[in-house]
Amino acid sequence: MNIVVCVKQTPDTAASVTVEGGKVTWGDAPLVLNPWDEFAVEQALRTKEAHGGKVTAISLGPEGAREALKQALAMGCEEAILLSDPAYASADTLVVSAALAAALRKLEAVDLAFFGRQAVDSDTGVTAAQVARRLGWPSLTLVAAVVAVDPQARTIDVERMLEETRQQVRAPLPAVVSVVKEIGEPRYPSFMGIRKASKAEIPVWSAADMGFSVPAPALTWPAIIAPPKVDTTCEMITGDSPAAIAAALADRLIDEKVL
Amino acid sequence: MDFRLSPEYEMVVRMVRDFGQKEVAPTIREADRRQEMAPHILPRMGELGILGICLPERYGGQGFDYVSLGLVCEELEAVDTTLRVVMSVHMGLNSMALLQWGTEEQRQAFLVPQAKGEKVAGFGLTEPGAGSDVAGMASTARRHGGDYVLNGEKMWISLATKAHHILWFARTNPDAADPHDGLSAFLLETDSPGVTSGDIHGKLGVRAGSTGWVNCQDVRVPTRNRIGEEGEGFRIAMSCLDNGRYTVAAGATGLIRACLDAGVRYAKDRHAFGRPIAGFQLIQQKLAVMVQSYEAARLLYLRAGEMKNAGLRNTRETSLAKWFATDASFAAASEAIQIHGAYGYSDEYDVERYLRNARGAMIYEGTSEIHQLMQAGYALGTRKDAALRCELPAYDPAIWRG
Repeated sequence: MNIVVCVKQTPDTAASVTVEGGKVTWGDAPLVLNPWDEFAVEQALRTKEAHGGKVTAISLGPEGAREALKQALAMGCEEAILLSDPAYASADTLVVSAALAAALRKLEAVDLAFFGRQAVDSDTGVTAAQVARRLGWPSLTLVAAVVAVDPQARTIDVERMLEETRQQVRAPLPAVVSVVKEIGEPRYPSFMGIRKASKAEIPVWSAADMGFSVPAPALTWPAIIAPPKVDTTCEMITGDSPAAIAAALADRLIDEKVL
Repeated sequence: MDFRLSPEYEMVVRMVRDFGQKEVAPTIREADRRQEMAPHILPRMGELGILGICLPERYGGQGFDYVSLGLVCEELEAVDTTLRVVMSVHMGLNSMALLQWGTEEQRQAFLVPQAKGEKVAGFGLTEPGAGSDVAGMASTARRHGGDYVLNGEKMWISLATKAHHILWFARTNPDAADPHDGLSAFLLETDSPGVTSGDIHGKLGVRAGSTGWVNCQDVRVPTRNRIGEEGEGFRIAMSCLDNGRYTVAAGATGLIRACLDAGVRYAKDRHAFGRPIAGFQLIQQKLAVMVQSYEAARLLYLRAGEMKNAGLRNTRETSLAKWFATDASFAAASEAIQIHGAYGYSDEYDVERYLRNARGAMIYEGTSEIHQLMQAGYALGTRKDAALRCELPAYDPAIWRG
């Protein structure tokens, strides 16, 4: 099977986000493979292991995004491609999904494209669905389990995670699948994989390489609003008896309008 | 001189850190209380290739260099000392000795399964009555036909009840003019008849590991299991320590980092006198000293690792790295407890375990006193390292990854 996994490089989840001069920044926080995408890589590799074929990891981003692709290679992907172009500088999901769709078309005969459910930095969660729409492929989102893939009948059966249940869905191939963490714990990179990844030549496809004219982004992201800072203070309530302490506590809670 | 880690090293570090955080950290306090090694640790370290990290691919290893071994040890001991101890004995004291001193046949027979993690390896030097005084050991190996017959007891042996192979030292020539020349090394297979072992409980630290005794009573070992020449045992043992001490130095560096991280976290979180204690200068001083110790310890072990890669003798540098890092890790753990106040004195937090774990490394693989004597000897010119018949091979990617 020809399997693709689309990944993004994001700041580490411990990073704090700020806005400087109208641009969102994570400072010098370490950049990692988007944690949700690790689950997508895991499922892509499992599907390959079950049905043969190869997994190609694709990422749209600057030169530095190679490191996220190397992580995917170290986990076991066979190939990686970086989609990089100065025109992507202020890309929104409409631009990203158009570029990814162009790459999937250029790769030809792709059977499955896996995504993580969302990226931890922008949190839109729509890229997978947009790519599916652009390609005219079924969009299987929030997938918690790939139940079966039948390469002959060209179908895939998955379980989608809903509020209080799981929904079984069958779709024809090719399809786009975005996964949630219930899909299974991502493997660690192997040492052999790390060796392979550190030597790997990762080709860069520009927009022109894909015959793709970059649309203008529809969205801009001029500011973020930080949640109000919560100051906590600790106050010990004392009293002669448990009943007196409880009464004093109740009075304080009423004063603070908690009760 | 480039002090940055390559992306390849970074990936190794991240992978081992993830393993420790996900698979060991959540249960380590419980394992420490029970004084038992969690059963999944050794098989997982084998599966993941950690047990073969710096051995050539042709011997079943992962083809990484000696610096990678140090980085792995730093990450492992940042979670728990018992994980690094596995690397000290399995890799530093045993597998690297087979790489250095073993014949091709011995490497195929013993090193390959060790590199693959199918066999776990230990090191049997210390005895109930002989620690620093190695040449005072009582274990014997006498020739009997084409075999040797081993008798004796080893004590404070890491992985005593887990190891399949032990590099065992015994006296082959009781009449040697210099007792140092009367020792020989053997690869003991612990399923041989006459081998018994047990774990010691009630240790101050490294409680989530296996440390114990191993006894040989009339154990027959074929001559093909003798590592090096007869009478070469002392020199082999000392060369093993150059590698074991390296892993201890790197691990203790990780322990200092764990103390620093715990100290920073707690100092920011804990309030006293109306503000986080991180705002107080005497707390800051403790953290600053930990930073200083961590950075210095790291540079010392990385230099030793780089010298191993280059095939340079590093007894002096490794000893210095080990002495500095282990003493500094004990001091860091003590100060980390001080930052935590009374909470640090209970096992609700990790820092008391760090202190207990740090203490042993000031005794094993050369006490801090031995290292001071060595460093003084080098400084005074009274100590010189003689060339060895077999040196640890320099790291050559073409061989390691060929």
